[in-house]
Amino acid sequence: MTASEIIQRLEQQFGSRIVDKKPEALDPFVMIAPADLREVAQFLRDDPALRFELLNCITAVDYLETDPKKKAKAGFEPHLEVVYHFQSFTHRHRFVLKLHLPRWKNDAPGQLPEVPSLADLWPTADWHEREVYDLSGVWFVGHPDLRRILLAEDWEGHPLRKDYEYPLEYHGIRCR
Amino acid sequence: MGWMEGRWEENVITTSLEQAINWARQSSMWPMTFGLACCAIEMMATGAPRYDIDRFGAGAFRATPRQADLMIVAGTVNHKMAARVRRLYNQMPEPKFVIAMGACTCGGGPYYKYGYNVVKGVDLVVPVDVYVPGCPPRPEALLEGLMRIQDKVRRMKELTKGQPLELPVPQRTGTVLLPDELADETKAKEFLVRNKEAAKPAKA
Repeated sequence: MTASEIIQRLEQQFGSRIVDKKPEALDPFVMIAPADLREVAQFLRDDPALRFELLNCITAVDYLETDPKKKAKAGFEPHLEVVYHFQSFTHRHRFVLKLHLPRWKNDAPGQLPEVPSLADLWPTADWHEREVYDLSGVWFVGHPDLRRILLAEDWEGHPLRKDYEYPLEYHGIRCR
Repeated sequence: MGWMEGRWEENVITTSLEQAINWARQSSMWPMTFGLACCAIEMMATGAPRYDIDRFGAGAFRATPRQADLMIVAGTVNHKMAARVRRLYNQMPEPKFVIAMGACTCGGGPYYKYGYNVVKGVDLVVPVDVYVPGCPPRPEALLEGLMRIQDKVRRMKELTKGQPLELPVPQRTGTVLLPDELADETKAKEFLVRNKEAAKPAKA
């Protein structure tokens, strides 16, 4: 199936719940609301015409311009995007799913935005979601064991956030 | 040992006990197998036959800190690893030496500014004796670092505790021996002129 056919199939099934789409992009994608993620993902995996058996990777992108001079020209409001790359061995096609999130839940700094976990649909998602939580600070609801995977357990903050502040010292070792 | 020298038959050597101990110690440094990142590849090359760290008696890489007296920290040390590095250092028996190999262990290297998880130099974690910069250093550079450690061992005064030694300590200066045509300044200048002449395009 080509990308536009996949998008068509998804629109047929979910209608107006597809928030945004871009079939002409290099990696064609659709954007959905986080609340619909479980349902759409289940459909992508189990629909006989789609059959996405493999979840390649999960990525989080932090859209934030920290430079006040460039802020006006940035062209986006501060937000977070979670990107899912899927692939099908049966039909030999791939597809991208995106989620639009606020940077902080309820706009309260420190409150991580929440996304439903896909760890029970694709076991790969388990570690990928831990990595996204570790580095970008997204809370995956329903994950079996959501803790840091790369950084030390007692690390504070999520380093790939654009407004991350480097620690001055960690366990008595100077950091800057 | 002035008056003792040459009084006995051949194959009898006179020296001080301390120098004998230091000589034995410097000729069999046992490094610890301890590669953290890409510098470890270069450390392995140094141990392999082409560069052969065994020529300096430091070829017995030990897999436990309790049998090693030289720690070659080869590669990026991150905060999660720093605690382990410190623990391994503490487990080594005295006297112990540390070589910081590569830019990362010398001072953070390429991760200095934005490496949120990298320790900015292993000297913040364990005391370092010799720094070997480079990214990664050539095997020759690591061998040079090892020779500096040997210099340090040779000057140890464990028995006499600060008493001056009777014999002068031979030491390496690290200077390069130049070929004959570059030996002094006038000869070097002549060599330069000659080279330029030779490099000129031939006249038609």
